[in-house]
This record gives sequence, structure tokens and C-alpha cells, in this order.
Amino acid sequence: MGHSEKASKFVANSERMHWHDKALWFVREKRDLAAHQLDEWEELRRVASEIKSHTMDRLDYYLEEFEKNAKQKGLHIHWARDAREHNEIVLNLLLAHGAKRVVKSKSMLTEECHLNPFLEKNNIEIVDTDLGERIVQLRREAPSHIVLPAIHLKKEEVGKTFEEFLNTQKDNCDPTYLTREARKHLREKFLTADASITGVNFAIAQTGGVVVCTNEGNADIGTSLPKLHIASMGIEKIIPRLEDLSIFTRLLARSATGQPITTYTSHFHAPIEGGELHIIIVDNGRSDILSNSDFKESLHCIRCGACLNTCPVYRRSGGYSYGYIIPGPIGSTLGASRDLQANKTLPFACTLCASCSNVCPSKIGLHNQLYKHRQNVVKAGLLGAKKRAILKVTAWVMKHPLLFDFMGLVVRKIVPILPRSIVYSKANVWGRNRELPKFPKKSFKELYKERIK
Amino acid sequence: MKIGLFIPCFMNELYPEASMATLRVLENLGLDVEYPMNQTCCGQPMANSGCYHKAKELAKRFLKIFKDYDYIVAPSGSCVAMVRVNYAQFLEGEEGFEQIKNNTYELVEFLHDVIKPTTMSVSFPYRVGIHNSCHGHRELGMASMSERNLPEFSKIKKILSLVNDIEFVTLRRNDECCGFGGIFSVTEEAVSVAMGIDRVNDHLNAKAEVITGIDMSCLMHMQGIIDRQKLPIKTMHIAQILAGDYDGTL
Ligand code: SF4
Repeated sequence: MGHSEKASKFVANSERMHWHDKALWFVREKRDLAAHQLDEWEELRRVASEIKSHTMDRLDYYLEEFEKNAKQKGLHIHWARDAREHNEIVLNLLLAHGAKRVVKSKSMLTEECHLNPFLEKNNIEIVDTDLGERIVQLRREAPSHIVLPAIHLKKEEVGKTFEEFLNTQKDNCDPTYLTREARKHLREKFLTADASITGVNFAIAQTGGVVVCTNEGNADIGTSLPKLHIASMGIEKIIPRLEDLSIFTRLLARSATGQPITTYTSHFHAPIEGGELHIIIVDNGRSDILSNSDFKESLHCIRCGACLNTCPVYRRSGGYSYGYIIPGPIGSTLGASRDLQANKTLPFACTLCASCSNVCPSKIGLHNQLYKHRQNVVKAGLLGAKKRAILKVTAWVMKHPLLFDFMGLVVRKIVPILPRSIVYSKANVWGRNRELPKFPKKSFKELYKERIK
Repeated sequence: MKIGLFIPCFMNELYPEASMATLRVLENLGLDVEYPMNQTCCGQPMANSGCYHKAKELAKRFLKIFKDYDYIVAPSGSCVAMVRVNYAQFLEGEEGFEQIKNNTYELVEFLHDVIKPTTMSVSFPYRVGIHNSCHGHRELGMASMSERNLPEFSKIKKILSLVNDIEFVTLRRNDECCGFGGIFSVTEEAVSVAMGIDRVNDHLNAKAEVITGIDMSCLMHMQGIIDRQKLPIKTMHIAQILAGDYDGTL
């Protein structure tokens, strides 16, 4: 099923669709307020985009620099070509440390690698400790948003989930109550964990350390207790210098939720006492994107989620309609880059309104990328035969002005005299919920000719 | 100064009044306007569907027809964006391309940037909601975008403010997409219609009597919804307001 079929199911529940739309629009408005309070906002975006371009053009250099400096600090660096290698490295580290219970803070990369099911299969308990992540994990769902993983759920549904898994009071869906219960539940997990896994928001080449941004402090507590900390990062997370960091932290929190800064910005430059810190640097298709000039900018993404919040299609179709780990504009372009065949409808799940490109803190031309992906869909012969035929005939007509005039005339003369049941038959998708325009007797060209006579 | 009037293909067939209004707005300002008869389509539908070669053929055709005009003016932000922003991929380096790229304007933009009229002797005594259609808004820069932190302005509002007796409403979402999106309106029918309904409702709640804008395609989509649901509001291309087409009854 492509995006549009799944989206139409989401739209069918108008009440819920509008609730989803409003919840995300609220976040977008908070972001606007925060962004508009900084006079230097556009300057920040420009600098961020330049730092990213610069870094991506010398990624090999900065990655090696990072590795060298991290090793000097006593951190362990691992390289993973793909998801499988990444997961193997994680498993081997856990086994070597005899770790059976793992706490994990938010990381889209481990979602991308499907790490959880892999570890579970190997009899390791893995607990997501970000509240939203934990909720979807208990429900065995994927995150529907990259920053707000459980945004598709209402509090009543969260209450029911907690009732089932955490034995909370029946029908109590008070958010404060549920949060406290989740905290109790997670505290126990934190205290008994043998290892922790985190994502990485930024890896600083110059210092050889990594930075993790959270609002709940779950990465901090998770990494403070167990002796083993594994941090997974994509190759694109590198920034050159420590002083570049503030550009991104200022943009990230404001773009994501409208906060001036995330509640916790944790720097990891050494393992805890007597512990080990392992960093896994993952490619998993990124270097292919890097080598494609049309799409390499998509690696500038700092995963703020602003393009999802602003996307009028995402807000009305929900994260699951995309069928890719990352939904919304950035997910559509990454998904299409990764596997065009599987994600061929995503570049078309877009009106090309360009809101995403203008909201993006890293100035990624998201809508331009989707436009380009469309051409690749056609080139690969993945556009439906019917659509292709229609466009071919239309283009042919358009090359012949007389034919164009004639066709226009025929349509304008015939459609108005046809019975409504034929004009609005099933084939008329436009007419399902919309009237057609009133067909005028004469075209502009005809009127123009009459006028100059 | 010779102006080539570029009328989007579907407007030629379906919206002769709005097209004629465009011509009259320009003529009323004493401008020399010509409509090249052999024009058809700029290729946008093909380009947005990913059909590179078909779009390229039509872009080349467009170039041939329009390259000798001093200015090319069209009543559509979207089709103008196609020429100014998207044609580069098809025509970069072709003789005459720079000329059409630099001198193709959307009607309101042309008035605002080039002609700069200070009065307009037309009246439109209605409460109007402006639909900021995306390509004009974000590709051509017709107005400040809500996403960006840049000084506020609106070329559309500035030109419309020259019309007597007009009143503007304030929308809750000033520049959200209406969901037309060309082929999106059909391939993603459900979301497209949902977006259109939300947009129309924003105008209704703001007590607008007329939704106007620079793109007939967005207005056609919203009018389709208005007609189906029999809503007490109507759409009107901005050219018809500027030409004084209002005949006393809406
Ligand atoms: S593409 Fe831009 S707006 Fe979207 S999540 Fe990434 S950084 Fe944020």
C-alpha cells in the first residue's frame, strides 16, 4: 500500500486527524515564536548549513580526526558498514560484558537498524527510556515522529497501555499520574541495567567527544549507573569544533519544540569511573547519499522534526502512512534515496509547498529533493502505466496548439451536456469530494481573437 | 515595452474571465500587451510528475514563443515559478533563457515591482481573505513566510490595498497550503481535500466573503469544495478584483 491509501484511512477519522494536525501545528507555532525571538535566526541557519556543507565535503578527514581524539581520551571506536554490522557490534559488546539488561535513550539510528528486535531475539532485555519511546515500545509500535514518538496517541490510549503493562489505576489517564508511574517503572530499569545505549546528536571532531540532547535526562541517568555505555552515531553527526556546537544546539531545541535549549545537553568525553564508552560509527547507506549531488544535503539533517510539524500532509496523514522509519519530508527523501522502489510513492506525498525547506534549521532543500526524486521514479519506470500514459498524451497535445484548442473545445462543449452520473463517475477522482469548474462556452483565446477582429 | 501575456493552459480553457481580466488590468495601465496565439502549456504538470523529457520539450517550446518579449506576465504564481525556478534544469545555457528567466513575472508581482501603480480606480466592497499560494509565496517571494524570521511584507496585500472599499480578514494560518498541488489533488485525493476544507474553513471563520489569490488552480480546488458543500463564500482571481469585474452581486 502506498502513502495515499494509508493516508486516506487516517483522514477518514476526521476528528482524530484534526486533533493530530492541531497538536503538531501547536508545536510549529511554538517553534515560530522561539525562532522569531532571535534576530540572528536566518544567520544561524546560514552558518549551520555552511558548517554542514564544509564538514560533509571533508567527512573522511573529520571522521579520522574524531577517531584519533576520541581514542586519546580512552574511548573505543567501532566502524559499521551497515545495520547488520552495527547490531553485531552491539551484541558482541553486551555479551563480552555479560550484559543482559540494557537501557536505551532516544536514537533514530537504532530504529533504522532495527536493533531492539535483534537484541530481543538474542535474549537481551532492551528498554527505551524516553517516555514517548517507552510508550510505543510497550505497544510494540514504531515511533510515528522523530522527536515526539507517541504523538499519534491520545492520553486515554496511553492510560490503557500503562494499565496493561504497568498496572496503573483503571481509567486513570491523568498525564501527571501516568508520568509518575512511568518514572517509577523506569527507575527500576535504570537501577538494574547492565549497560546503556544512546544515540548521538553531535560528535565533535576536535575534542573526540559526543553530545546527546534530551529533555528528560534519561540519557544521563542511563549512562551514569552501568559500566558500559554504547553510543551509536551515523557518519553525518560530525561537526568540526566545539565552538560550532552552540550554533546547532540553539537551532535544534527551538526548531524541535520551541525551547531555547534542550533541558539536558550532555557531553560525553570519557567513560564513567571504571567503565567503558564505545562509539559505533555507522554508514548504512549514508556514503551513497553523500556521493549524490542531488541528495547529499539530506545528510545535513539534525533530526529536529520541524519539517514534520510544518508539513500539511504529515499532519493530516500521520507518521505511519509513510511506511518508512522516518516520516515526513526528510523521511520521504531519505527513504527514496535508500530504496526508491519500496518508497516510490513518498516523493509524491507532497504538494511541493516548500514550507519544510524554509523551516529547516540546516536549510535542506527538502521539496527540491522530492521534486528530483519524482524524476528518478519516472526514469526507473516506477510511475504507474496509467499516469504515464495520461501525461504522455497531454504533453503531446500541448505541443500542437491547434489540437490543444480543439481538445479544449470538445471538452468544454461536451462535459456540460453529459449527465451528472457520467461526469461524476468513479473514474473522476477529482469529483469525489469536489465539483468541477463550470465549463465556459468560449476559451480565452477565442475571446481574444474576437476582440482583435 | 512589449509584454507577452502568458495564460496558463487550464485558465485559457476554463477561466476565460480571469484571463481576460488579466489582460484588461495591464491594458488599463496603458501597457502594450500581446497574447502569442500558439502558446499551450509551460510543462509544469509533467515536471511535477517527474516526466523530465516531456517537460523539457514544452519548456523549449515556451522559450521559442516568448523569448523576444521585454516582459512575460502571467496570472499564476505557480506557472511563473516553473519558468523562473524550474526551467533552469531544462534550459540552462540555451539562447534566450536568461531573458525569460529574468523577465517573467506574475501579474501582481509585475505591478508591484515594475509598474508600481499608486492608485487604482476600482472598488471592491467585500471582506477578503488572501490565499497565499505556495509557489508564489515561497518560490517567488510574494510575501514574507511564516517560517522565516525576515521583515514582514506582502506584495499581494500592498497591491490589493489600492482597491477602494476593500477589507481584509486575518487568518489563523496565513500561509498554509490548500492541498491542490497539481497531480497531488488526484493521487492524494483524501489529504488534498482535507487540506482544502481546512483552508476554506479558516477563511469562513475569519468571516471572509471572498477568497482571492494569484493562482487559479488553488482557487479552483477550493471552489470545488465550496460548491460541493454549498458554503457561503466564493473564490475570485485577484485579476478580477483589480480589473473591477465586480458587478454588484457576488
Ligand atoms: S530535515 Fe531539517 S527540519 Fe527536517 S528534521 Fe532534519 S533538520 Fe529538522
